[in-house]
Amino acid sequence: MRVSIDSDLCIGSGQCALTAPGVFDTDDDGFGAVRPGSEGGADPMVKEAVRACPVQAITLDEG
Amino acid sequence: MTEIAQPPLSATPFAPATPAAPLTPPETAAQPWPQDRVCPYHPPAGHPSAPEDRPLTRVTLFDGREVWFVTGHAEVRALLGDRRLSADRQHPDFPVTMPRLAEQAIRPIPLLGTDDPLHNRQRRTLIPGFGLQRINALRPAIQQVVDELLDRMLAAGPEADLVTAYALPVPSTVICSLLDVPYADHEFFESRSRRLLVAETAAEAREAREELRAYFRRLLDRKRETPGDGLLDTLLADPAGTMDREELVSMALLLLIAGHETTSNMISLGTYTLLRHPEQLAALRADPALMRGAVEELLRYLSIADSLVRVAVADVEVAGETIRTGEGVLLATPEANRDPASYADPDTLDVHRSARHHVAFGYGIHQCLGQNLARAELEIAFSSLFARIPTLRLAVAPDEVSVKPGGTVQGLFALPVTW
Repeated sequence: MRVSIDSDLCIGSGQCALTAPGVFDTDDDGFGAVRPGSEGGADPMVKEAVRACPVQAITLDEG
Repeated sequence: MTEIAQPPLSATPFAPATPAAPLTPPETAAQPWPQDRVCPYHPPAGHPSAPEDRPLTRVTLFDGREVWFVTGHAEVRALLGDRRLSADRQHPDFPVTMPRLAEQAIRPIPLLGTDDPLHNRQRRTLIPGFGLQRINALRPAIQQVVDELLDRMLAAGPEADLVTAYALPVPSTVICSLLDVPYADHEFFESRSRRLLVAETAAEAREAREELRAYFRRLLDRKRETPGDGLLDTLLADPAGTMDREELVSMALLLLIAGHETTSNMISLGTYTLLRHPEQLAALRADPALMRGAVEELLRYLSIADSLVRVAVADVEVAGETIRTGEGVLLATPEANRDPASYADPDTLDVHRSARHHVAFGYGIHQCLGQNLARAELEIAFSSLFARIPTLRLAVAPDEVSVKPGGTVQGLFALPVTW
């Protein structure tokens, strides 16, 4: 599984970093970012973060 | 209407938000919206929220227009993310929900009154200023504001109006500092903001708005001469020059009002609500780690933004109903946040629950820009208030507080406390 954020969609709500802080962070400009090394998306809170994102900017690639 | 808005008082001063008994035959017009809260922390009993009203029904606005009223939590989230619903206040079919908003289409309202791509352009200029990291870095400064206000309140005690002594100055000082607006002018802009938000007529709203616009025109002119270090200066210096002079005035006005009125209402209403739920407050005092979740629960429970408004720009099917192009839609955030399908025992305040996915900040592209600033302010304001004043209590009977009218940002006009 790979987790990624579409920065064109992101509105900087910070929901991902609040919901799954082990996987997501926000960058200096306020946009969501996946923490290096966490792209595998093993954290069970990732799915909650996907649901919390107000603009569906987080993609979980199950492949 | 009055009968519906005033359910009989039960043994507790305020009845919970149970569905109103049908006072009118079912074939009559939809319930009027908005109605006033009776209990400050429950949605009005006369707003549709019964199982048969979920996930959507219809209500009647002051001008007789019927609009959709969406109370289902899942449906509100879906519709707030649906581009077939427009936030454009200048759309000819955009509902006028209150008399004071009759002139909303005259001038574009940035951010919350626009659709993408314009909205996206405006929002992107502001995201860095309200990012989570940036806001978390402000926490020590917010703590200092809170500490100083509590020092002053305690020195002047043992009683105070919590709204003027604390709930209003905390966010007002912080947003002034963030935008670089002189706090010395706070009495002017706080009084005009309040007048704008609770105005009963369009003329009253216009007068308050124009006074505020004139103020910001002068302030921005001064900043063009002598730049400061706030967010307004960043917007002025924007090399892309995406906003013209009047757009900047509109943006400044929006940021200042949204930055202090909403959080202020959450601080005073949240304090009142916790004082009315002593067992919840005791749990919170015993375990400060609960505060972060408690703030989310208070946001869900109080839902101070009294519905979000949209107009359909295409037909949308929802739960077997069709919202037709041109119809108005109210996303009933207070009622959606009490949807039993999403929150067990939704009318009970529970600081231990996960209130995750509440829609108090909205959802979709317009979700509150300042939500993380609000969270930081609320966490610090509640933690410090209850830690510094363990004996804090209401100085009036619980049902004597004056509640803001429906259709405005919900809250209390004043909150007399003692300790």
